[in-house]
Order: sequence, then structure tokens, then C-alpha cells
Amino acid sequence: MASRKISYREAVNEALAQEMERDSTVIIMGEDVAGGAGGQGEDDAWGGVLGVTKGLYGKFPGRVLDTPITESGYIGAAVGAATRGLRPVAELMFIDFAGVCLDQIMNQAAKFRYMFGGKAVTPVTIRAMYGAGLRAAAQHSQALYPLFTHIPGLKVVIPSSPYEVKGLLAQSIRDNDPVIFCEHKAMYDVIGEVPEESYAIPFGEANIVREGDNVTVVAIGRMVSMAEEAAKKLESSGISIEIIDPRTVSPLDLDAILESVENTGRLVVVDEASPRCNIATDISAQVVSEAFGDLKAPVKMVSPPHVPVPFAGSLEDLYIPSAQDIVNAVKTVTEWSK
Amino acid sequence: MTQTLSTLGSDAPDASALSEAQLLDVYRTMRSIRAFEDRVHEEFATGDIPGFVHLYAGEEASATGVCAHLDQDRDTIASTHRGHGHCIAKGVDIKPMMAEILGKTTGSCHGKGGSMHIADLSKGMLGANGIVGGGPPLICGTALAAKIKGDGGVGVAFFGDGASNQGTTMEALNLASVWNLPAVFVAENNGYGEAAASTWSVSADNIADRAAGFGMPGVIVDGFDVFAVYEVAGEAIRRAREGGGPTLLEVKFTRYYGHFEGDQQTYRGKDEIQNAKENLDCLKRFRKRVADSGRLTDAQLDEVDAQVAQLIEEAVTEAKAAPVPGPEDLVTDVYVKY
Amino acid sequence: MTNDQIQRVTMPKWGLSMESGKVTEWLVSEGDELEKGQDVADIDTDKIAGTLESAWSGVVRALVVEAMVDVPVGGTIAVVAPADVPQEEIDAVVAAAKEQLASGAIEDESGPKVAEVHVDGRSISYAVLGDTESEATPVVFVHGYGGDKNSWLFVQEPISADRATYALDLPGHGASSKDVGDGSVATLASSLVGFVNELGLPRVHLVGHSVGGAVATVAAADPATLGKVASLTLISPAGYGPDINAGYIRGFAEAETRRELKPHLQQLFADQSLVNRQLIDDLLKYKRLDGVDAALALIVAALLDGERSAVNVTAEQASFGGKTVAVWGAEDKVVPASNAGSLEGKATVHIVDGAGHMAHAEKPQAVIAAIKEAIGAA
Repeated sequence: MASRKISYREAVNEALAQEMERDSTVIIMGEDVAGGAGGQGEDDAWGGVLGVTKGLYGKFPGRVLDTPITESGYIGAAVGAATRGLRPVAELMFIDFAGVCLDQIMNQAAKFRYMFGGKAVTPVTIRAMYGAGLRAAAQHSQALYPLFTHIPGLKVVIPSSPYEVKGLLAQSIRDNDPVIFCEHKAMYDVIGEVPEESYAIPFGEANIVREGDNVTVVAIGRMVSMAEEAAKKLESSGISIEIIDPRTVSPLDLDAILESVENTGRLVVVDEASPRCNIATDISAQVVSEAFGDLKAPVKMVSPPHVPVPFAGSLEDLYIPSAQDIVNAVKTVTEWSK
Repeated sequence: MTQTLSTLGSDAPDASALSEAQLLDVYRTMRSIRAFEDRVHEEFATGDIPGFVHLYAGEEASATGVCAHLDQDRDTIASTHRGHGHCIAKGVDIKPMMAEILGKTTGSCHGKGGSMHIADLSKGMLGANGIVGGGPPLICGTALAAKIKGDGGVGVAFFGDGASNQGTTMEALNLASVWNLPAVFVAENNGYGEAAASTWSVSADNIADRAAGFGMPGVIVDGFDVFAVYEVAGEAIRRAREGGGPTLLEVKFTRYYGHFEGDQQTYRGKDEIQNAKENLDCLKRFRKRVADSGRLTDAQLDEVDAQVAQLIEEAVTEAKAAPVPGPEDLVTDVYVKY
Repeated sequence: MTNDQIQRVTMPKWGLSMESGKVTEWLVSEGDELEKGQDVADIDTDKIAGTLESAWSGVVRALVVEAMVDVPVGGTIAVVAPADVPQEEIDAVVAAAKEQLASGAIEDESGPKVAEVHVDGRSISYAVLGDTESEATPVVFVHGYGGDKNSWLFVQEPISADRATYALDLPGHGASSKDVGDGSVATLASSLVGFVNELGLPRVHLVGHSVGGAVATVAAADPATLGKVASLTLISPAGYGPDINAGYIRGFAEAETRRELKPHLQQLFADQSLVNRQLIDDLLKYKRLDGVDAALALIVAALLDGERSAVNVTAEQASFGGKTVAVWGAEDKVVPASNAGSLEGKATVHIVDGAGHMAHAEKPQAVIAAIKEAIGAA
């Protein structure tokens, strides 16, 4: 395949453009996704608050819609339109805004298929920015994917690189269930090799980012890069870790994790979401339940402290799980004895 | 552009706009709803119906008068928890509805939705909705889809006086105006949100007064008069179909039964319901109007009554005999692997 | 002014996406006499491990880097010169090389250049390496089922030392168009013929692996290439016998996950440890591209007749009648070496121990020797 290096942001834009090209029922809506409706200047001045959707307004007339700041209104509209043959990609600018449209996602979109006896198809994709690192403070830095993982009927996707984000977004749009697509706001400028052609990465298939024999490290989203950094640091100590990126926390490829733990006997889970009831707790519980006999040490979870995300850089940097935190957790499980 | 028109009173509209066949259809729909609801009321009292039921008896003219203008394939409606009337008026089959209310596999939703979630997307009925104000944003979506597809379809959101205060409803009104959607919003003001009177909970004198605030026409109509409803709904739907944008209709009437079955309704005035049944009832008024104008005979209408009674009887018998869903049905219609 | 006699041994580019490698073991020492073709060092990249053959002759005057140090492609790792070149000049070259490595300013000019042509409405991607002005007849490499132009990692560079070399992506593969028509060897062969003509090459040597071997054979016998194909080198070619591992062919196409794909890939090699995470990952990325599933399904349907090969190109090979050399891994589990019997008397056949279906990856020296034999190079 022809590959070249582009950024996470460009990969999202390219996935949207290629899917919109391929399927005329795909539309985009969100606050300022064009960014200029009704003003005297350009209609698409912004192309999204961080420029992710720039250029699509002109390429696909009538299919990129600015909305007023009314999440319930337009997320609900995206859900409704999805039941009528469109494939809307609605942008929830920050996942933190889930509070003002949660009903539309949780009680409407998530439940139609089951509640209506299997007769409803709701192929809506909701893209949302998540994560800390940009000093955006408590109400704009959360990693709320555990909330959505908890709701039956939703699929939750957390891409960790430019290659992943393009293929997973294509798959999300093609999928007939509602998908919550979580883009880490601090990753938009990360560069990686991405095929020019269109491709889709299947859901429920974890990626083994790095093979190793001593400890299984499951990492979510941006934490995959932290884990890779930790892996390099651990090489000199002679510890080899196997890094697993689940890609989708719902559906979750538990088998890949269990297979790895069968080999290593030790598990560390790294999750940027707040520690109570996050994905790390979910995966840990499932692994202990299914593979207790394979474990040679307790499972360690690496998560932030249970506080709102702080504003000051000095504090935020302490908040976000670091490569060193992962190294410490790995050493704890390798050095553990009764 | 925003005027509040008032068409109260029983004299203004006449029956001449409808053909004999249409008149019979209108009567059949109203009678079906009444008979259905009365029977559900009886069955509920025996303890055979699980969960919550909210009955539409008394309000038939609203669903009937509006849906008479709607096509099965290109027009959509969203409903409320009090959805049986909307379902029947939109053409959802009565037998599967009864089965659904009884929680049987032959139900419209295979027994997985129940009274509050009866839906038939193939007939453009987006479901009764357990969330107050859940419907209007969805209709913004279906109307958007119709606009993009260019098929002339219209979306109608039925909601109650309680929902008229919900943020979701207001966001939907704003969005429908801003996007100039082919939508009609029908506020069914039956006088009570649940137990609190709408005269108390709605801050404006009339719900329709709010239309101006959302850039659309507002119309008040006597909800006991199916011809009045037919006329104003026809105008609003025609305006929407022709690209003239949304309208807010306020239908004023009352419900005969409680908010839910089991509600003793001690919050209502003495004789309030009795008065409505004797002097305002939509079926009585219809019969008088067509008899007076000689359009239909009593015999024709009695024939319809008998047919409907037969259908309801069969529906109940068959529903009671139908199987309940089994364990294997529990985890279908949603992807389960997590 | 640098002495022309001073030659730099550089980190080779084994594959388009290779960016750096490390010497895992030096096989020569400072002061050793070095000949062309001699093993210089074992090198590890993130894709594959292999041995660097010398393209230089003289005395090893300096080893610029130690083992286990990452060196970008194109970086100087050793200096070769005649014994009489003054030491100060050698030291200057070494110092400059070390500084360049430290600063990270290496221009990677050494690798193949990728380009595209259009043949029968399909875009064909290819990698060209070597002097396109050279008068020596160029070599065209044709990969096999599920492969791409990068399959020729170890082989294209040495062969390109004295002539132009072209490695193309067949339709349905790599970066070429994913439209394979009816998926038959004939269709793929006409793309190959079109490719040669589109590039205006008057005469070529064809090297084909697996299905690519059948494709090259059919192309060589095509009237449109009459007189153009100077020789045919076949590596574990399909189409020379009925025996084929249908389970592998179907399994590769149908596998959707790492778990499903790995056991199939392991059948490709005598040394199963060559099936590493990177290889599996690259193949999954290829298989995910839109259109690949459909393309592979068509090719599989055209390739197999039940559990046997539906393709037979022995008649085409006979009609070609030109110099033909075949190399077959003795442990080939995909297209068994027993098929080579059909080439008796028509081609020189080398069976190579310690190699499976991918001799050009497992025993590149043997394949390079076979190609040189076919093209008549010294």
C-alpha cells in the first residue's frame, strides 16, 4: 500500500472525506464544524474548533452542517436522522458536554435497536474530544468513555495513532450501531504512517503494539504511547512488556488480553479515565475472573488520582499517568512476592 | 411572520373538506383508539398488563386529525409515553400493539419495548418515548433526512404540556427554525403535566405563544374537534412540505384517564372528566356533525363500531394466547460481546 | 577533496519503509581484505534480519560504528580503501561520517524510487532501483500471492548494482489498483506485459515468485512480448504442477484477525520465527484496504480447482523456450518442490535446503546466484 506520514488530525479529516465520497448518506454536523454560519466572512472559517473538519464544507455542499450550541437538539437530530437512512457523524465538541445530551445518546440511540425488537438501525457516529494535557481544566479535559461503555447498545472506540484513527473512524461510520468515537485532543499533531487508500479496522480486535514476555500492559488511547516509552525504559532492566491496545473498549477483545496474560502471568492496565469504575477496573475484574490461575501477581492499575483535572501545568502533568508510573507498576508486579 | 391564530369553537370548520371514504377513515381511527384504550384500561385493572400504561382516551382527535395528512413511507412522527393513539393514527397494526403491551413475542417490538416504547419504523413511527421531551430532537433529524433526500417528507413531533417546558423541546424548536426544517410540533395540552396543572407549570398563557420566540407560526386549536385539527394540521403540514419551515400547534383538550393507569386523579376538579365526556367528546361531536350534514348515516358508523370492537376482541384474545419471550431472546437485538 | 579510492559501506535500505538498522555482528575486522560478495555484517532492522553482502573490494580500513547501535539508512558504517591510502585521509572520512551520524543529517538517497504507470485502466505502482541509463538488460521482479514490491528486500539491491531493476505491485496488491478483473493469471500477466511496454523497456529479464512465477511465464510467452523476455527466473512458482496448499491459499484470504492469520503465515517459512508481529501487522494492514478482500477472492477462485492448482503454465514455458532457472526451497509447504519435476530438461533447477516457500527471504544468496545465472551476469 502507498503510505505517507500525516497527523492524527489529518487522518480524521481524510477518513471523513473518503467516507463522504464513498457514501452519499454520510453527513457531518456539530458546533462550528464549518465555523462561520450566518456571518459576513467565510462560511467555513474554522473547520472545527481545532480545524479537524476543515475543507469538508466546500467539498461536500449541503452535507456539513453548523449547529447552534444545543447539544440535545442536534445530537437528538443526528439520532433521528440515522433512523431514516442517513449516516450522521455528529461532533460533540468535548466529551465533557455529554451531560447536556446524555439522554439522546443513552436513552434514545443506545436503546432503539433492542427496545424496538431489533427493527431499528441507528448508524450514528458521535465524535468527541477527550483527555487532559492542554491545560483545558476540569470541564474540558475528562475521559468519560467509561460512562458510555457502561451503556448496553453503544460501541466505544478509542484510537491511539494516526493509522488507527483513520481506519477506526471509517469502520465507525460503516457500522450500523451508535458509536462513541473518542479522539484525544493532545494527539492531533502526532504524526504517523497512514495509507492513502481507504481502509477499515474491525471492532473487537485488539492490536499487539509490542510483543513481550514478562508483563502484559493494556493501554487505552494516548496511554499507548506512554506504554511504549515505558517499554524502552524497561529494556535496560531486562524486562520485556507486551503492550496491548484494545482499540475498542466496547466491544472488548478480552481474548487477546487473556492470551497474553496466559503467557506473562502479570497484568498492568493503564487508563487515563478517573480511577473509580474506569476501564482499568473493568478489564482487571474480567481478567481475574477468567484467568486467576495464570496470574503470578496482583493486577496493577495505572490511572490518575480521583480528582477533577487541575488547571495549573505543574499539577496537570502530575495528574496524567506517565511512562514512569507505568515503569513503576511493571516493576511492582515483577517484584511481587507473597 | 409569527401570529397566534385562534380557531376555537365548533362552528368554523366543516366536514366538506373530506370525502365519504375519508370521513369513515377518520371515524374508524378515532373509534379504534378509543376502543383500544378502554379495553387496555379494563385489562390493566385485572393485573394482566405489566409495567406502566398511559392512555390516550379523550384525545383521539389530535392524533387522527394530524396523521390523516401523513404518508406512511416519507412522513415520520415521534410520540410520548402516551403513544397508543399516535401509533394507531399512523397506521401501526393493532394486534401487534396489544401483544406488545402484554409483553409477548408477537408484539411490535417482540415484547422488548412495552407500552412506552411501541414503535414501527417501517411506518414512520419512531416510537412512544419514555423520556419527556425525547421526541422533538429526533424529529429534527427525520425532517433533516427528508430535506436532504428531497422526498417532500415531513416530521411531526407530538409532545405534551409537560414536555413543552423541557430544554430538549425548546432546542428542537430553535434548531428546526434555524435549519428551516419540514417539521410540525404538536403540543398536546391536556391540562396536566402529570398531576400539576399546565396552567400552573407553563409560564406563558398558551404554549403556542412561545412560537414567536422560536421564529415560527403558533396556532391554537380545539382538540375535541377533529375537523378543526384536520384543518390547521393540514395547513402546517402543507407549509412544511413546501419548504416553508416549521409550525407549533397547540391542541387544547383533556384526557379521560389518569396520567398512568392506577392514578386516582384526585388533583382534578369534580365533574371535570364527566363534563368533557358528555359535552365535548370528539366522537360524539363527529357523529353529530356528519349526521347533521347527512354525510354519513348512523348505520354506517355503527358498522364501524362493530368492526372495531371485533378487532380489539381478537387482538386481546390472540395476544393473551401468544408466547412470552424466552431466555434466548434476552440477549438478541444488541451486540453482546463486551 | 576526497580520495576516489575511499569507499563508504553504508546501511542498506532493505524495503521502502526501512529507516534504520543496526549491525548485530561485524563479520570482518579492520585490516581484512574484502571482496565483492563477501559477507560484511549481520544487520537487524525492525522488519527483518539479514546479512550484508559486500559491494566493495579493498581493505577494511575502519569500522565506523559498533554493534547494536542504530544507524539510519544511508549512514556510513565502514570505510573500505586500498592499503596505500594514507591513514589521515581515512581518519578524516571516519570523523566526517561520525559527525554526520551524530547530527542526524543523512539524506536517504539510496533506496528505490517509487512511481506509477497506468495499464489497462489500472494504476500500477513500482519501485525502481539501479541505473536506468545502463545498457545492461533490466530485471523485472514479480511478487507472489498476497505479496508486494517490498517482497524483494534482499535481492533487488545486489542485482541493481549493474543495471536497472523494477519491482511492481500486481493488481490487487500493494499500492496498485485493487481491480483484478477476473482474477486470472492471464489478466495479471497482461498487466505485467502492459507494464513492460508502458515503461518502454525493449528487453527484460523476468523474476517471478509463486503466483508471480506463473504470471511471468505467461507474460514471457505472450506474443506481445515476442523477443523481449531474455530470461525467466522462477522462485517456487505456481502453475508447474497440480500440488498446491489450498488451505493456505484460502486461509490467507479469509483470515481477518492476527490469530487467524498467523498459523497460515507460519507455513511460508522453514524458520517459523520469521513470522514476527511486524510481518503479521503489515499483512493485516494490506488486507484491510478497501477492495482487497474482493480481489483476493477472485484470485483464489481462479487459482484453485478444489484442493489442486487450476493453473498450468508448462505449455507457456515451453513456448517461451528461453533461459529458465528455477529455485525451490526444499521445505516449501505452499507449492511443494516436487512440482519442479515438470521443469526437468527445460530449466536449471536448484533445490535449496533450509528454505520454505520464501527462498528470496530465507536464502537470498541462493536466489541472487540463480538470478545471476539466468541473466548471464558474472
